[in-house]
Amino acid sequence: MKLTIYRYDPDKDAKPYYQDYDVPIDAHDRMLLDALVKAKAIDDSLSFRRSCREGVCGSDAMNINGKNGLACITKIAELPQHVTLRPLPGLPVIRDLIVDMTQFFKQYHSVQPYVINNDPPPERERLQSPEEREHLDGLYECILCACCSTSCPSWWWNPDKFVGPAGLLQAYRFIADTRDQATSERLDNLEDPYRLFRCHTIMNCVDVCPKGLNPTKAINHIKELLVKRAV
Amino acid sequence: MAITTRRYDAIVVGAGGSGMRAALELARAGLKTAVLSKVFPTRSHTVAAQGGIAAPLANSTEDNWHWHMYDTVKGSDYLGDQDAIEYMCRRAIEVVVELEHMGMPFDRLENGKIYQRPFGGHTQDYGSAKMAMRACAAADRTGHAMLHTLYQQNVRSNTQFLVEWMALDLIRDPQDGAIVGITALEMETGELFILQGKAVLLATGGAGRIYWATTNAFINTGDGLGMVARAGLPLEDMEFWQFHPTGVAGAGVLITEGVRGEGGYLLNKNGERFMERYAPNAKDLASRDVVSRAMTTEIKEGRGCGPHADHVLLKLDHLGPDVIKHRLPGIREIALKFANVDPIRDPIPVVPTVHYQMGGIPTNYMGQVIAPEAASKEAIVPGLYAAGECACVSVHGANRLGTNSLLDLLVFGKSSGEQVIKDLRGQPTPHRNLPKDAGEATRARLARLDSAKSGERVPELLNDLRRTMQAHCGVFRFGDDLKKGVQLVEEIAARAARIFISDKSKVYNTARVEALELENLVETAVSTMISAEARKESRGAQSRDDFPDRDDKNWMKHTLWYKEGNRLDYKPVHLRPLTVQTMEPKVRTY
Repeated sequence: MKLTIYRYDPDKDAKPYYQDYDVPIDAHDRMLLDALVKAKAIDDSLSFRRSCREGVCGSDAMNINGKNGLACITKIAELPQHVTLRPLPGLPVIRDLIVDMTQFFKQYHSVQPYVINNDPPPERERLQSPEEREHLDGLYECILCACCSTSCPSWWWNPDKFVGPAGLLQAYRFIADTRDQATSERLDNLEDPYRLFRCHTIMNCVDVCPKGLNPTKAINHIKELLVKRAV
Repeated sequence: MAITTRRYDAIVVGAGGSGMRAALELARAGLKTAVLSKVFPTRSHTVAAQGGIAAPLANSTEDNWHWHMYDTVKGSDYLGDQDAIEYMCRRAIEVVVELEHMGMPFDRLENGKIYQRPFGGHTQDYGSAKMAMRACAAADRTGHAMLHTLYQQNVRSNTQFLVEWMALDLIRDPQDGAIVGITALEMETGELFILQGKAVLLATGGAGRIYWATTNAFINTGDGLGMVARAGLPLEDMEFWQFHPTGVAGAGVLITEGVRGEGGYLLNKNGERFMERYAPNAKDLASRDVVSRAMTTEIKEGRGCGPHADHVLLKLDHLGPDVIKHRLPGIREIALKFANVDPIRDPIPVVPTVHYQMGGIPTNYMGQVIAPEAASKEAIVPGLYAAGECACVSVHGANRLGTNSLLDLLVFGKSSGEQVIKDLRGQPTPHRNLPKDAGEATRARLARLDSAKSGERVPELLNDLRRTMQAHCGVFRFGDDLKKGVQLVEEIAARAARIFISDKSKVYNTARVEALELENLVETAVSTMISAEARKESRGAQSRDDFPDRDDKNWMKHTLWYKEGNRLDYKPVHLRPLTVQTMEPKVRTY
């Protein structure tokens, strides 16, 4: 398998370049991450993040032949023989495929991503019906890999002002939680020409989410709530 | 040039379930705390836990902490410390309810309470044939939901995280051995720092990467274990490694026991539900050591499945698409991706796979690290705490029950945080002076890596280590294999002193990180092999061909391994619980 990989080491390189790796693949290598680990065994300076290798930790998001995805759950068999790997677009590159995610997490933090409930906690669990709980499905599963936000043109233009699909999905996760009492503050926080309304339903986020989540739908729910509140 | 020093009240190493639960206590108490993590906190390996967290809420079946305690003591094959087990089981409801209040998206019952499912070894009425529904679940993504919830609460409490920092060594006061800080590498810049603290809490997780076939993440490299071993402190019960019965054959990825909790079961090549023969009562929900041995026996005796007869099948299609989609969506995703089967129609090929380390850094149930000193077998090491999988409290003894790991993280994450607060408030003294040579040992390790022009390559050495552990210290263990294994891991340890990396860059040098991790894996593997070879009995996860029985007279004791000279020591099991009667050792059947 041939990998063409974006390389940049600020210690050594004046500018980025692409390097080719011929990686021998055997039957045990299922996923793109297996090939990357093999490439690193050939050249230990090749740098990328990885951890769980099963698509739940969100470490190894990268741009694979032009589309964002997780290397660990991208099957080699479903890729062409020649694969080009680039860092996630729109974020500063630290080294090779490793990007600086500060801005991404800043936007996540900006939506107050935690249940706010100021009632004194009951002795046992707060009750929630299975139907109420079902509203959290498709939201809580986000792994913060940043595939979605870094494929969003609106986020590329305004990463400091537009919350982006990942952050907005989480904003809605807490609005949708019956245990949360801060819906109105959450809507105030998002009622802004940039924070929410830069979403132009391009839907790249839906297309790339490795967990099959739908940020656009969540964003539309928030917009509906704002409209309802206004009338 | 002096190493830059930063000062904190408390330093937490690791941001998984236990580290973040502890951090929450410390942040809420207003202590100046730094939480280091090699990865962004929500990428810690707690994220991969699937099936549930144990608590006797009795939402679906009658239950209480006494029964949970009994199951845990029995599950541990009577090597668990009964005071610690009582402590954990009695705090289970409290910590799980708290987690719910924090926003954990548990599944729900019709009456709005937390959904609970059965799990292996969890019974009603002190080991009766009736299973208890004790595992509180968020579908089959309980660890993910829990880790994110804990991170969210830490965001709310303004916890200070040092993200992508790797802790390297403990700094001890030469006078009394107290821990006064750590050395750590900021991965992005490649800078070495000293973090000085009045309390250092290790929450670095397990080290399952010492085995070839493992459910563990790349980051699970036993960093805390290596730090403790190099500081001259012992590691406890390292021979006990849990093989999870259902790792995807060939891939190692975990398939939760919750599949069997929901009604799935194992089949051999004859289509026989073979667990009925090995565990007539609990069947597929027997304890993990029992099921893994049964599967290995089936495969060894030629009843394995597939062209190489090297796995068995996990059948769950009879649960129906609704249960699979609602309760087990994550494992369906994994089966589709890693086994190319849709479990709605076809069984999943599975094989016992290393999953969990029962041993670790010896602590008491308040998270204080303890080690033999003078007349005491359990003297407190001032300033050092440990919690979670890296710690050996010991609540899991020789075999852990499923769902008790997440509970362990919350209970002992919280209790160790509480103890740090108590200790720091009790003695409001300034920071101790750092020893003159603080950080020099670490600097020497890094300098050697930077200057080495040739030597042993990390990937080859790591592969040799993992294959050796797999071949010589597996589900079934043999005296000769273990002896040979000791020799082999010692050879690997000698080679590890000559590790070489080509990449000498400073910025985000992952080759350097992997080399440093390898040193920790080597300490873990050596301690495992030597402790296993020395224990001349079968108990829980250690099953020896040459010593097939449990030997309570000679071996109901904890192993302590020291790096220096590979010395072994032993200490008694705490048989006395806090308030109830001792649960006397019995023959263990399911």
